[in-house]
Formats: sequence, structure tokens, C-alpha cells
Amino acid sequence: MASIQIANARKSYGAVDVLHGIDLNISDGEFIVLVGPSGCGKSTLLRMIAGLEDITSGDISIAGNVVNDLQPKDRDIAMVFQSYALYPHMSVAENMSYALTLRKTAKEKISDAISGVAEILGLTALLERRPKALSGGQRQRVAMGRAIVRKPQAFLFDEPLSNLDARLREQMRTEIRKLHHRLGATSVYVTHDQIEAMTMADRIVAMHDGIIQQVGSPVEIYDKPANIFVASFIGSPAMNFLKGSYEISDDNGAGVRLSDGALVPVLQAQNAQNNQAVTLGSRPEHISIVSDADNGLPAKVELIEPMGLSTLVHVTLAGKPIKIFTMDRPNYPVDSFIHIAFDMAKAHVFDTSSEQRLPPTTEPHSGHKD
Amino acid sequence: MTLTGQTSTRKMIYWGSHYLMIAAFVIFALFPLYWLLKVSVTPNDILYTEGVRMWPSRTTWENYAFVLTQSNFPKYFLNSVIVSGTTAIVTTLVAALTGYAFSRFAFRGKVIIVALMLITQMFPLVMLIAPIFKILAPLGLTDSLTGLIIVYTAFNVPFATFLMQSFFDGIPKDLEEAAMIDGNTRFEAFRAIILPLTLPGVAATLGFVFTAAWSELLFALMLVSSESASTFPVGLLSFVSKFSVDFGQMMAAGVLALIPACLFFLLIQRYLVQGLTAGAVKG
Repeated sequence: MASIQIANARKSYGAVDVLHGIDLNISDGEFIVLVGPSGCGKSTLLRMIAGLEDITSGDISIAGNVVNDLQPKDRDIAMVFQSYALYPHMSVAENMSYALTLRKTAKEKISDAISGVAEILGLTALLERRPKALSGGQRQRVAMGRAIVRKPQAFLFDEPLSNLDARLREQMRTEIRKLHHRLGATSVYVTHDQIEAMTMADRIVAMHDGIIQQVGSPVEIYDKPANIFVASFIGSPAMNFLKGSYEISDDNGAGVRLSDGALVPVLQAQNAQNNQAVTLGSRPEHISIVSDADNGLPAKVELIEPMGLSTLVHVTLAGKPIKIFTMDRPNYPVDSFIHIAFDMAKAHVFDTSSEQRLPPTTEPHSGHKD
Repeated sequence: MTLTGQTSTRKMIYWGSHYLMIAAFVIFALFPLYWLLKVSVTPNDILYTEGVRMWPSRTTWENYAFVLTQSNFPKYFLNSVIVSGTTAIVTTLVAALTGYAFSRFAFRGKVIIVALMLITQMFPLVMLIAPIFKILAPLGLTDSLTGLIIVYTAFNVPFATFLMQSFFDGIPKDLEEAAMIDGNTRFEAFRAIILPLTLPGVAATLGFVFTAAWSELLFALMLVSSESASTFPVGLLSFVSKFSVDFGQMMAAGVLALIPACLFFLLIQRYLVQGLTAGAVKG
């Protein structure tokens, strides 16, 4: 196992810059998830670590050695592909042993390794089958097995679960996590699914437009998103945003004045000026429905969405759609008015022009990215 | 009951006419071959006297015996095997490598090379005979099997390349990337993973080029003058003399010439039909 360092790595295709200077340190044994929308450069970064894409400039090191010019085969990493990429003309056992055979490992050692891994992944009965005789979930396991058997320095996962159905995906998520605990292998996992990122990562790397937006633990990313992009991308249902201006009141309090004139009280934000254009961000679970008109803002009900465990209430406030998460079973008629209140301590204030979060003065300065 | 009876009758009519049409086409396509066989076993003396009959009243192997023992045909036949076999193998080898490059790499001038290869396919061969003769003569490649192989290979490579490229395009890139991460160089991944999966494509290309070269007449006639370097299509023409055409012997030679092509396709048909890539990636 090994640590991975990425220093100012850039990638351009001709005049098009895909990655603009990526800096990232991955510690030994860490499970890192690269998350972002399609085209954000997360897969390119993974393929650069694997050696399947050249690095335009910068350095990538694995276990302290710069690997920029090493072929994929000399980097001692294993990769699980979205398409599984099993060799169709080989049996499951041959697929899993291919890398070891190429390394001229002794036959007994190979068969020991394979039976061990097949045992862990529940593939023992399938070893002689060809990939075409396997179900999607089984193929996925073989692809995992092929990676594990090698005991590589690091595992790379390129959206390995996106071809599976929802139930199987959930199951494999847990299994991959358990495997990681068991093997303690340095892992870099690419996904566009923020739930996978939240549930699996030791640290999440949120990417957008070829730039790392934020690096942090799942809870940190969720509770203290660095900017509007991270705030909107992580979390489902997504965070609500309302534009307004920042107001400091006489009694040292603060609020965001919305376009319809309503004032939403918030914690005083660092470096925020009076009348600064800001965006108020609040997660659906941090807005509550209140009966008292004095403490709430009037909002029009648009849709009630039951989700089983909870209910999502869609309302309009200051002309903007807002989603409210509640564990109650509300039955407001559509087009009726209700009163809603924002949880002051959990509302976020973002600078509208820079889109950066203005943390409350009570929060210690963090500001550093990895 | 009546309803199911009706449906099954309709089904029978549907499938009956279906097979009838297929049968009609197969008969239409195979009739010339049947006629070839029929004439080749008809004795010379009754060839014209019996009128049009589906099968002659007497049959004979004389024509075959003559062609095999008295004519130059075995020599022509051997020449054809050498020329077509070599052309097929060399062309497929070149086309596999070129097609792989076209399929997998983006490189400068790729568009120009593809366009040039397409352009070579646009000219009628007759136009090119004189210049090609002019080029081959000083090199001592006219009247030689090597010359023919070079010309056939050159003419077949572009199409064969596009054919191979489409087969490589059908194989996901992930497979060789997985192999490269597992410990192969790109060429090893090509040889160990991609090539076995492209066998149907290789077989199709081999078959296509082999038959093209096997039946080629124009260049064989123009570039080769001596009997010792003639291929069998030229040889077939030798049965046509100034005053008569020896149909029986010509047809016998024709039947014999079919054998290698048939054998060849019999050998490769397993790969032509089989799709080997099933299960490689999510289907």
C-alpha cells in the first residue's frame, strides 16, 4: 500500500484545458472519492494516476516515486472499470489470474490467491465460467476480484457501480467499504453519485470544471460547503438558494433581506459588509413549517411529495421554489399558504459574485484546502 | 377453437411463403453452380446433341482426368493458391495493424491518410494497368507471382483496413486498458486480448481478400505472359481457342477451382458466425 501525491497536475487536449493544476495528497490506506458532474475532469484525473492518460504538466507520485513517465503496467496499481472490462475469452479464474501470470508468479501461489479472493467475494462456484455466463453483479465482483488478487499499491475505481441496479448498488457499496476496512488499501474512487461519495469516502474531493472545489470529510463537505457549487451538488434533495442582501442589525444580529422584502435572520458572517449581495443557502431539513405567523415567512404550497420515510413539501418563497423536508405527514392543499422558518444556526451565507461561503464569525477560520 | 385454427393456418401460410421465397432465391443463386457441375460430367459427344436436359443420360469423369493430367491446369492452380494465400495473409496482417491504429489512436494526418486510401478505391482498375506495368517492368516484377502478390495486396489493403477497423471499433477500449494495467504493454495487450476477440474479423478479412485474389483476371492477364506464372482464371481462358470452346474441360477446371474457396470458408465459418465479445462489458 502507498500514498499518492498529485502536485500541480494539468491536462490539456490541444488548446482545451481539462484539469487546471490539481494538488492532492492521498494518505496510505485512505479511501478518497472524486465526485463531480460529468466533464469535471474526475475520470481524467483517475486515468492520469493509472497512466492511461499523459500528464501535460505537474507530477504524480505513488509511494514517493514520480510515475509521470511510467507505463501503467509499471505503476503497480489495479483498476476497476465502469464496464468491468473482463476478458471475454477467459474464464473467471483466468481473468483473475492474468496479472499474476504476467508477473510469472508460481502456479500454487496463484491458485491460493484466487481461491482466497473467490472465497471473500463468493465467486468460488463461478471460477470456470466465462464472463458472458455471469450476471451484472457477478461480473462486478470478478472485476473487483481481479483487482484484489494482485495486492497492488493502490486501487482505482472508475464509476464501478453505475451499471448496476439500485438495490445491487447499495449492496456493493457496503461490500466495497467492508473490503476496504479489511484490506486497508489506498483507494481512489470516481463517481458522479453524491450518495456514493457521502457513504464511502474517508475524504471527498469535489471537482468542477477541472478544479478541485473542496476536499474534506463527508460531514465537513455537507455541513460546511466551500461554495455554492459544492453546496448544491452534495445533498439530496438539494440545498435551497435565495438571493438577497446582507444586513447587519443594531443589536449585533444579522439577516438576509430577500427580494420580496422579508428578512431571514442568520448568524453574523465573516467579512460580510452591510448591503453586500449574498445568497442564502439552506438545506431542506433546516427549514421548518411553523404555525405561528409572527415567526415564519408566508410561502405558497406547490406540491407535496411523499417519500415514505419523510415528505418533501415544495413551496414558493419570494418567487423562488423552496423544498422543505419533514418527518411529519402534512396534507396542505396545493396553492394554500403556510409559514416557514429557517434554522438560523444552519443557514449558509454565500457571496453572490464569488459564490464562496462566508462562514459565521463563530466558526474558526479554516479556509485551507488540502 | 376456430380462432386458434385460423391463426395456425395463417402462421403456416406465413412461414410457408417465407421458406418458399428463401428456396427460390437459393435455387436462383445456386443454379449456375449446378450447371457448371452438370456440364463438367457430360461426355463431349452428347453435349450438343441431347438438347437442354437437367441431367445428361450418361456421365463421365473424362473431363476431370484430362484437366488434371493433360493440361497445365495443376500448375495454374498451384500458382493461384500461392498468390491468393500470400495476398490474403499479408493483406490481413497489414490491415489488422493499420485498422487498429485507425481505431485506437488519434494522430496527425489521420484524416488525410484515410482520404488517400478511399481515393485509391475510386479508379477503375483498367485505367491503372498501364502505369502499374510501367512501374513493375523495370523492377523485374512483371511475369512473376511476386508482382501479382504486391499488386493484389496494394489494392486490397484499403478496404481490408476499413473492415478490420470496424471490428476493432466494436471491441471496448477498456479491455486493453485493463490488460495494460494488469501488466501488458500495448502491443502485448493487442496480441493477447484484442486479437483473439477479433478472430471473426480476421476470418472475414482473410476470406474476402482470398476470394478477391482467387478470381482476379484483369491483372493476372495483363501482367503475366508466361504459362508458368499464370493463375487459374487465365488458365480457364486457355480452353477457349480461336475456333472452339471446350466447355466440358473448362467446366471441370471451374469445379476444381471452387474447391479451395469452399474449403477456406469451411475452415473460417466458425469464426464468421461466432460473436466472441459477448459478456466482455455490460451488454
